[in-house]
Amino acid sequence: MTMVDLKLHVNGKDVETAADPRESLLEVLRGRLGLMGVKEGCGVGECGACNVLVDGLPVDSCLTLAVWADGKCVRTIEGEARPGGELSPTQRAYVEAGAVQCGFCTPGLVMTTSAFLERNQHRLNEITREEIKRAHAGHLCRCTGYEMIVEAVEQALGREVKGAGECRPAPSLAEKHLTNERR
Amino acid sequence: MFDLRELRRARSVAEAVQLLADHPEARLIAGGTDVLVKLRHFDGQFRHLVDIHNLPEIKFARLEGDRLMVGAGLTFAETIDSPLVKEYIPVLGEACATVAGPQIRNMGTVGGNIANGAVSADTAAPMLVLEPELLVSGPEGRRHLSIHGFHTGPGQVALKRGEVLFGFSFDLKKLAGLGACYYKYAMRSAMDIATIGCAAGVKMEGGVIKEARLALTVAAPTPIRCPGAEAAALGRPLNDETMKNILAALEGDIKPRTSWRATREFRVRIIKALAERMMRAAAERAAGRVQP
Repeated sequence: MTMVDLKLHVNGKDVETAADPRESLLEVLRGRLGLMGVKEGCGVGECGACNVLVDGLPVDSCLTLAVWADGKCVRTIEGEARPGGELSPTQRAYVEAGAVQCGFCTPGLVMTTSAFLERNQHRLNEITREEIKRAHAGHLCRCTGYEMIVEAVEQALGREVKGAGECRPAPSLAEKHLTNERR
Repeated sequence: MFDLRELRRARSVAEAVQLLADHPEARLIAGGTDVLVKLRHFDGQFRHLVDIHNLPEIKFARLEGDRLMVGAGLTFAETIDSPLVKEYIPVLGEACATVAGPQIRNMGTVGGNIANGAVSADTAAPMLVLEPELLVSGPEGRRHLSIHGFHTGPGQVALKRGEVLFGFSFDLKKLAGLGACYYKYAMRSAMDIATIGCAAGVKMEGGVIKEARLALTVAAPTPIRCPGAEAAALGRPLNDETMKNILAALEGDIKPRTSWRATREFRVRIIKALAERMMRAAAERAAGRVQP
């Protein structure tokens, strides 16, 4: 298929890349932008390993066409640590709670936790364990049994939560290209 | 890479209708959480797509006179968060909250959940109770369809080829005083497909049931309403005897089958348990609602 140009705002930086309209966001992030922290697990939206934030919302990048992310703000685990390498509050909490074993599910989970904390910043004191479980229900972890993950989120609740990088839309190019494509 | 041949972006419903007319082999893709899974499994029916993902024109929830209009393009998460949905048709948001997990709810749409004809669709039972008109646009213009009879078979709906379901129109006058609720029975509390879904809507007047609406998913080849059970409820107080009659009549309304998820016998038991709980919960909600 004819390649299209994509403009993304990835982890705080404007990025332009060409992509095949058949590619998933997962494939573009890993294959074209080299963001290998995004993992492919099931490929059908069941496991959450490929979760990234698009305009602040957790989505399975395996079930997102890359062209849909055109002009959007994408956050992956690579953008989670602060400039200079200081871990984010979520990352620190995962480390301290021992919520990581093999680590394959961790990047997706960390992104969900960060989005969850940011969304609930005004009511961090009210958050229940049940709410934490519900918010992370779109992730499979075969190592930890989930207890330490929930504990990590609880630990992170006590910390200041801030979004990584500024989120602003980039102008869309693919829209035009796709519409005009007649083959 | 997905096994796609064509992806044509529509910037409006009118353009989607035109593209579907120009390319009869094409199907719609909106949230993508069903279509892309099918493509991942090399389903040849979805290689040509007209893309209405995130189309602003069909992302609305607004009041028009006595009607609440809800766009087919709202994601489950957007529907859950909609203040108008919370105020007028909370049962729809509650049902959306039972769909899969957070990531899927951020992508999948209410319109897709109805238009794909899934027997287990979590929004199908509340829709059957709320009875919206389905707003459809096609090559011959716009038409309204009833939710009743819209599901014609497993994965089959009354949309003609080339038609686009773009919204739902709820008659708020008819919904006044209706208490409604939904329960999804599944093996897991998230990331699962309903073994049985049940929604009930009840209006009470002077201690008796003035109106009863009972809907089920996975209880027959399509999502269904239960006319027998509803008739048994009408004009009666919601006591144990009435409930017994409702559940007896319900047996004539349902046609559950055995699948790897559950046996027919198990489904019948769950259907009865849910029907009773939802009828009672709906009646309680109706009692708490102020009549306009």
